[in-house]
Amino acid sequence: MIAELLRRTWAMTWKDVTVELRARERVNAMLFFAALVLFIFNFALGPDRETLREVAPGLLWLAFLFTGMLGLARSFQAERENECFEELLLTPGDRESIYYGKLAGTVLFMVMAEALILPLFGLLYNLDIWGHLPSLALVAFLGTLGFSAVGTLLAAMTAHLRAREVMLPLLLLPLTVPVLLGSVRATQAILAGEGLAGVSHWLKLLIGFDAIFLVVSPLVFEFVLEE
Amino acid sequence: MARPPLAAKLLGSAALLMVAAGLFWGLRLVPPDAFQGDVQRIMYLHVPSVSAAYLAVLVTFCTSVLYLWKRDLRFDAVAVSSAEIAVVFFGITLATGAIWGKPTWGVWWTWDARLTLTAIVFTMYVGYLMLRAFAEDPRAGARYGAVLAILGLPAIILNHFAVQWWRTLHQPSSLLRAGGPSVAPVILWPLVFNIVAMVVLYSYLLVERARLERIRHRAADARLKRGRRG
Repeated sequence: MIAELLRRTWAMTWKDVTVELRARERVNAMLFFAALVLFIFNFALGPDRETLREVAPGLLWLAFLFTGMLGLARSFQAERENECFEELLLTPGDRESIYYGKLAGTVLFMVMAEALILPLFGLLYNLDIWGHLPSLALVAFLGTLGFSAVGTLLAAMTAHLRAREVMLPLLLLPLTVPVLLGSVRATQAILAGEGLAGVSHWLKLLIGFDAIFLVVSPLVFEFVLEE
Repeated sequence: MARPPLAAKLLGSAALLMVAAGLFWGLRLVPPDAFQGDVQRIMYLHVPSVSAAYLAVLVTFCTSVLYLWKRDLRFDAVAVSSAEIAVVFFGITLATGAIWGKPTWGVWWTWDARLTLTAIVFTMYVGYLMLRAFAEDPRAGARYGAVLAILGLPAIILNHFAVQWWRTLHQPSSLLRAGGPSVAPVILWPLVFNIVAMVVLYSYLLVERARLERIRHRAADARLKRGRRG
């Protein structure tokens, strides 16, 4: 049962990765966009080192989430543009595997983008990233997972709408405020050198968010895909 | 079907009378607050609105679950109507909160926990209405709306904790607290009466709006049938 689900999920993820390796339309755009966001923030806020240092965790997470949104939107719109949605629905087995597969792909692409954003961010804003890498990676992963867990479901939903480009952020951002708040708070504590001990309640919130939406989203996913 | 049934008319009249009486009680009869003066009276509109708004959110959630389970469009009619009314009541809550905040806190808006939570839920439900408006197929819209309303409830609960830890400036709740309400009876009773009045108003609006939605469904079906024949 579980093995079957894992196998199908893996097939789904592998399909997305293969498409990406051949077409290169998602990750390249995400990487460039992310770099541009970090660059542009600098102009919006002025060159003052102290100000930048204070708002840096918020900037970092806005860059993560905006980039993630770009990847999420592509994950189902690409299926629609290539008229593969019906084939997707015809795949045997539970729809849950489609959800988990798409989710794994999105998390993978987001983590790849984040792996580039983080060092660039440390470089441009003169912050010590390397010393805190493990805890930063943990927070980034928890935040990315929660954001994508809700985002994958909403991306599938909005792919069928008019004005889909607008609707995804409009629906996704209010629902994921806890992810943004928790991740920014934890990142702030890490960059200030306080470690994760003082923000354990935020980490628990992030884990709770991930757990709840990893269970609820696949349950309602089949209602979204129905034709 | 076209005219409101007698029960709905009675409910509407009761809502009108109760809201009018409740506001007269709160705005004229009750003595002004010892610290805040007359400004405090806005509570008789603010607290009932937010109560009705969260009740509406709960009703949308329950009827959304029922719709996905039973696939009866009548449940969806109630869900979408309740969501629409929720947006109105959240709007009133945010507006009265801002009007009260200006003389009391000195600012129209502050990032207080409960205020922020209300604003987040408000944006969620505005998103819900936009989602419904942008869905090409009404049945798909009903399904998407139900899914969003179901996701909304755990998100509201998590948002509650998140903004609570983030910051808190709002007066702690005077009604729902351990050890009973902290309000003098002279203020408590008109407040409770106003909450009941607002819930009656909500029920009336819900009944009428859901009826309208059903008429809409029938009109759409009739148009479809005529189209097939011609």
